[in-house]
Amino acid sequence: MPNDNQSKPSAWNFLALPNDSTAKTFIMATLVCLVCAVFVSVSAVALKPLQVLNKELDKKKNILQVAGLYQDGDDIEAAFSKIDIKLIELATGEYTTEYDAATYDERTAAKDPELNVLIEKSDDLAGIRMRPKYMPVYQVKDDGVVKQLILPVNGYGLWSTLYGFIALETDGQTIIGLSYYEHGETPGLGGEVDNPKWKKIWTGKKVYADNGDVAIEVIKGMVIPGSEGEQHHVDGLAGATLTSRGVSNMLEYWMGVEGYKHYLTKIQANGV
Amino acid sequence: MSNDTKKIILDPLVDNNPIGLQVLGVCSALAVTTNLGTALVMTLALTSVTAFSNLSISLIRNHVPSAIRIIVQMTIIASLVIVVDQVLKAYVYDLSKQLSVFVGLIITNCIVMGRAEAFAMKNPPGVSFFDGIGNGLGYGLVLMLVGTFRELLGSGKLFGIEILTTVSDGGWYVPNGLMLLPPSAFFIIGLLIWALRAWRPVQVETADFKIKEVNGTETV
Repeated sequence: MPNDNQSKPSAWNFLALPNDSTAKTFIMATLVCLVCAVFVSVSAVALKPLQVLNKELDKKKNILQVAGLYQDGDDIEAAFSKIDIKLIELATGEYTTEYDAATYDERTAAKDPELNVLIEKSDDLAGIRMRPKYMPVYQVKDDGVVKQLILPVNGYGLWSTLYGFIALETDGQTIIGLSYYEHGETPGLGGEVDNPKWKKIWTGKKVYADNGDVAIEVIKGMVIPGSEGEQHHVDGLAGATLTSRGVSNMLEYWMGVEGYKHYLTKIQANGV
Repeated sequence: MSNDTKKIILDPLVDNNPIGLQVLGVCSALAVTTNLGTALVMTLALTSVTAFSNLSISLIRNHVPSAIRIIVQMTIIASLVIVVDQVLKAYVYDLSKQLSVFVGLIITNCIVMGRAEAFAMKNPPGVSFFDGIGNGLGYGLVLMLVGTFRELLGSGKLFGIEILTTVSDGGWYVPNGLMLLPPSAFFIIGLLIWALRAWRPVQVETADFKIKEVNGTETV
């Protein structure tokens, strides 16, 4: 039928070319790429709003979980209404209203040159290289009284940056819980940071020593009951020395003067 | 449904199972079968990718230059996988988090590629589509079987519902931790293949070579 095609020129003429001709190879490659690219971009753009919503819900769920306010099947938004979000400036420990706390995302801010601070190598215990100037603080309220402070923390373990929250009592000293919502540590070894049994050990531990230094630490092996510093020490994860060390270092960083210490000192002195 | 279509869909379930007979796609079968929830989502994801990649590749099969046919197939498969991943992230966020990279790795799953190259390039769109569904389900069948064993013995649950009360919850069942680790999937898949071939001896492969019998006095 080549004659037919010549008499009626159309854009689809190339289909009559032999499959292995250079022209057809190029045309087919371009067409396939074009169609696939449009298909992928359309679905990515169309599904984006739902995904963002899911991510926000997931973060809220994690905050509720570390606060011990979430059971499977609870309405996340309703439970989250007990929580006030405030922004603090880490360098001073003061509350700030410069940005809207509800939409502020500390992980985006950490990468934004206007909102972040580069960390000196010698200070960078957590291995994160930069941190935001402002961090959100989630205040869990019961009958209008603040009961818990939930602070985001992150730091490098063995393979990945661990992102999580630490929940403190309003004395700025006693730990209620530590929970990670994103990490890529080895399942079964470093991944045991998700183990509920291990997470339970954290409850009641104290962050600061009497002289004000950060004393909380994941040690090697088990904490011997009655030993010195028992209230600051947490059992190490078996087979995960580097992840355990990462957890220790990130708390030392975030609870220290570069992190929340200014804020927590103020809380200890003046209340929330 | 015509007999042909029925055969195309049912054949990969037992007689020509992609994991059982062809031993393809085993890697992801190890990773996503610790519980039935993820195994089911993975089954659906892989089935839809195989079905639609077969369909679209079959539609253009007469016009794919043979020099670039693999990359054309890969492009189509990769696009479908990205879309499936996006859909999962939008509608079943928790499960998609558990599946993490394994949805993305469907791109490299030999079953999808194998069906595209071996079936869709030579057959019309309709049958190719059903062939994709059949093979996805064949993969899924094995996944669900392995998942049932692993979740039940590893955590005493099925689909997250408690069946055997574990000791830590005050029951009697001591969970088998090995079942939650990848090696157990190897054992279970191996046993399944053994059982399948004992039931259908046709599937036993002929040996590639035979070990020479040596007498005690003979030197080799």
